[in-house]
Amino acid sequence: MNDYSKKSTLVIGAFLFVAIVIIVRLFWIQVIDTSYKVTASNNVLRYEVEYPARGLITDRNGVLLVDNQTAYDIMVVARELKAFDTIAFCTIFNIPAQQFKATINDIYRRRRSLGYQPVAVMKQAPAEYYAVFQEQAYKFPGFYAQARSLRNYPRPIAGNLLGYVTEVDTATINKNPYYKPGDYIGRSGIEESYETYLSGKKGISIYVRDVHNKIKESYREGAYDSIPVAGTNLICTIDGDLQEYGEWLMKNKVGSVVAIEPATGEILALISSPGIDPRLLVGINRNFQRMQSDPLKPLFNRAIMSPYPPGSTFKVVNALVGLNEGVVFPHTRYNCYHGYKIGRGVGCHGHPSPIDMMQSIQMSCNAYYCYVFRDIIDNPKYENIEQSFVQWCDYVRSFGFGKKTGIDIPSEQSGSLPSVPLYNRTFGEGRWKSLSIISLAIGQAELGSTPLQMANLASIVANRGYYHTPHLIRGTQDSSFIGKYKERHYTMVDTAYFPVVVEGMYRAVHGGAGATAWRAMIPGIEMCGKTGTAQNPHGEDHSTFMCFAPRENPQIVIAAYIENAGFGATWAAPIASLMVEKYLNKEVKRKDLEKYIQENKPLKKEKHEGKP
Amino acid sequence: MRENHNLLNKLDWATIGIYLLLVFTGWISIYAAVYNEASRNIFDLSQRYGMQAIWIASALFLAVVILLIDTKFYPVFANIIYTGVILLLALVLVAGTEVNGSRSWFVIGPFRLQPAELAKVATALALARLMGAQGFVLKRKWMIFKIGVIIGLPVFFIFLQHDTGSALVFGSFLIMLYREGLSGWVVNCIIFAVVVFILSILWQPVSVLMLCVIACLVVFAIQRRKIAPVMIAAIAIFIPYFIIIKKLFPALDIHTPHPDYIFLSICVVMMICGVLYAVRHKLRYFWYISCFFIGSVALTYSVDYVFGNMLKPHQRDRIENLLGVKEDLQGAGYNVHQSMVAIGSGGFSGKGFLQGTQTKYNFVPEQSTDFIFCTIGEEWGFTGSFLVVMCFLLLLIRLVVIAERQKDAFVRVYAYCVLSILFFHFAVNIGMTVGLAPVVGIPLPFISYGGSSLWAFTILLFILLKLDAVRWD
Repeated sequence: MNDYSKKSTLVIGAFLFVAIVIIVRLFWIQVIDTSYKVTASNNVLRYEVEYPARGLITDRNGVLLVDNQTAYDIMVVARELKAFDTIAFCTIFNIPAQQFKATINDIYRRRRSLGYQPVAVMKQAPAEYYAVFQEQAYKFPGFYAQARSLRNYPRPIAGNLLGYVTEVDTATINKNPYYKPGDYIGRSGIEESYETYLSGKKGISIYVRDVHNKIKESYREGAYDSIPVAGTNLICTIDGDLQEYGEWLMKNKVGSVVAIEPATGEILALISSPGIDPRLLVGINRNFQRMQSDPLKPLFNRAIMSPYPPGSTFKVVNALVGLNEGVVFPHTRYNCYHGYKIGRGVGCHGHPSPIDMMQSIQMSCNAYYCYVFRDIIDNPKYENIEQSFVQWCDYVRSFGFGKKTGIDIPSEQSGSLPSVPLYNRTFGEGRWKSLSIISLAIGQAELGSTPLQMANLASIVANRGYYHTPHLIRGTQDSSFIGKYKERHYTMVDTAYFPVVVEGMYRAVHGGAGATAWRAMIPGIEMCGKTGTAQNPHGEDHSTFMCFAPRENPQIVIAAYIENAGFGATWAAPIASLMVEKYLNKEVKRKDLEKYIQENKPLKKEKHEGKP
Repeated sequence: MRENHNLLNKLDWATIGIYLLLVFTGWISIYAAVYNEASRNIFDLSQRYGMQAIWIASALFLAVVILLIDTKFYPVFANIIYTGVILLLALVLVAGTEVNGSRSWFVIGPFRLQPAELAKVATALALARLMGAQGFVLKRKWMIFKIGVIIGLPVFFIFLQHDTGSALVFGSFLIMLYREGLSGWVVNCIIFAVVVFILSILWQPVSVLMLCVIACLVVFAIQRRKIAPVMIAAIAIFIPYFIIIKKLFPALDIHTPHPDYIFLSICVVMMICGVLYAVRHKLRYFWYISCFFIGSVALTYSVDYVFGNMLKPHQRDRIENLLGVKEDLQGAGYNVHQSMVAIGSGGFSGKGFLQGTQTKYNFVPEQSTDFIFCTIGEEWGFTGSFLVVMCFLLLLIRLVVIAERQKDAFVRVYAYCVLSILFFHFAVNIGMTVGLAPVVGIPLPFISYGGSSLWAFTILLFILLKLDAVRWD
């Protein structure tokens, strides 16, 4: 073998080597590695999505709060788009032709990049349009209708707690690959927090399309197809009638009412006024923007988000803390001559004097709680005010204030509790004493509590010492969530001290002379209540009331909070009382009171003295 | 007549058969790739397959004309043709039209001509003329310079046209030069330089240097057989060391900025031993190896500069994508990814004629020109791709056989030029579609759509067939 023939053999060898490498590579990607086939199938398969019906929500009595209606998205496949009668199309759907033509032209222009991906040209067309469209569908090549299920509300109530359903946004799509653009998702309220139950599962039919984009067959004989799974139905703890009645009473008023069944923590009504009419948020419309810009903030769920000063209802807490700390006894009497005269002083209204603890709650004496509060804070058993104040805060927190109750809908706020650092900033370190923060005695100043927290306080008193986490969903059609809410959350106050407070609250309603909440009295029902009139730097005092009934084995607690309505007794107490009557007796006999409350607006200008 | 009859007998029909087969495959693949419902006629001139029919017909006509031209024409006119083509290459820079970023086309009415394609033929002829002359010896410096100029001029102009792919094709003449006397060591060095270049992008310079050390030691061992067992033992220890240590301590991985100091120090010790040994025995090869090593070091450290500053961003992206440094399926990697998906989805037996969906839905770009192999891979599967690769392989081997049976050095050099060019196109084009080579815009010979390239390859091949047919005269 000479050098040249050796070289030519090497050249042939190199060619062989390259050819073998290429063939091995081809064998690898064409025969062995299946990943390329999967990617290719994404390009060639056609996925048709069937959307499931969202789960229904019924109230505690099995009456529907939310069900579904069908609407249709009109889709177009850009590649199949051909010239068609746009005017006929616009007539069917009653839309302006100019804009529609522009949309179609745009889609046609982008048909190469869009390919066989369907694009929605009309969203949520009602069923009656769909029927007409279906008859004439042959006129519109490339178009088809995709059934979508929209929410339907038999009664226009409970919008704030139910939430609404809307198209999913990009952030959610990026986080959760289940959602694809155009899918619906629950937003706010129950719709959001129980999305996983309500949404169900989309069904997918996969078809193989041939080179002409005609559907040839089911992919792998439907092995990867799935039928849609309808969402799970939920049972809400709300009493629809009570909720509706409460919302009716709260017309023309700004505020919130929360009703809870104390034995379970089930929320019977959660009203925020003005609220959302859930029907207005169905489908695509401008109502959401309008509500967002409404100065009365209907989208703001006051019941769980608004930190109101609790006012005199908070005296109940101070009474219990005082008893537990041993600085006051049920029989302890204090004098009150129109107020507490030490320091800047706290005014009070006219009532007999001296009074004991029970009477102090009955008559809502301010001075009495100034004494109690100072004794708690200046208790010599603590080294300094900071220690005793921290202890007081812990007590208050154990009543559910200053922290989220854990209600099962999003956006709950924790309210506010003052803290040592806050006062150190305000007054300077070591330069504040019990008198500086005396407003806390009567539930004013830095205290902020949501109406839900106030109702929770009423629950604690009604239960004589504990509460169950308030919640809105009792379970699904098949399973109960009761186990989750079984736990009793006890306060730091011994349950033995509660009866005196209950008695005081009973007398506040039924006690005759000096009773602040006599307006809340319902014939035949033993009711316990506590009014509050919360000072408010922005205007008229807020009117508040918390109550439970009947006194023994309570069925319902209510906290009502009416903004800028003056005395607690004037507006909040009657509203709460009417709702208790509605719930317990199923019908309201006090038609005059009902009529008065429903038809009148709280008076804005009237000036009140003192804070019963 | 008689002469022509004789010519027909003397033609190498095996090559012509493969040529016709590939051209026909190309035509129906283009038909499948841009198939249009509206015009199913394969002769429809509004479609590329219709046009390709014209190109094929004209190419066959050209082939016949070439077979009729006297063979003395080529050595005589080689330099004139070459000069003319170089002028065309210069002219296209001024009067040409820009297509896809390359100013390399003459557009005359409906026809487009790419002089770079003709430059391959002209350069092949000019090289054959120079190297086929009596008494040509490759070792002479003046000759090497001449060869450099002949290859360098068209490369220079084609680079100026921003047609990097076509310029790289001229690198394939290395195969011809090797056959004509270039030392195997030069070829090995160039291959080694390419490997070092690629590894320098992938690894840390120190790791590449270790590889260079090993290479030097291997060369050393080859030259000095006596110490070969020592070297083999050392390498036999190193390979498991590499595998085990890298598995156990990923921190020592070649990708990390921290070099493997243990290995590096062993290398250094071995180098020193090698140098001492070489000096003591006064080994001649030692100096070559040292130069080789220093060259490798220089190359390794210059790669970053070349890669970062001398390449265009899209070229850098393509190389990085190929090497897997960067994965960008929407950007630079899109073409290759879609091309591999199309080929991969063909499976073993393919989807059938006109049933390919990937190429037809325009997922694959340039599906009738540079990426035509995708259509073959998708519609005919592994079977079809295998047969096409085998056709090219047989053609190339046949051309080597033809080249080696020439008595006339002019024909042999020309034949090697032809097979070098064809091999480069074949390997890089198919390699690119299956993700083995970077994306270089060069056509697949005889198959890709386009008049210029089909003409150029036909001329290239049929000049050789004519020269071969008259070899006994």
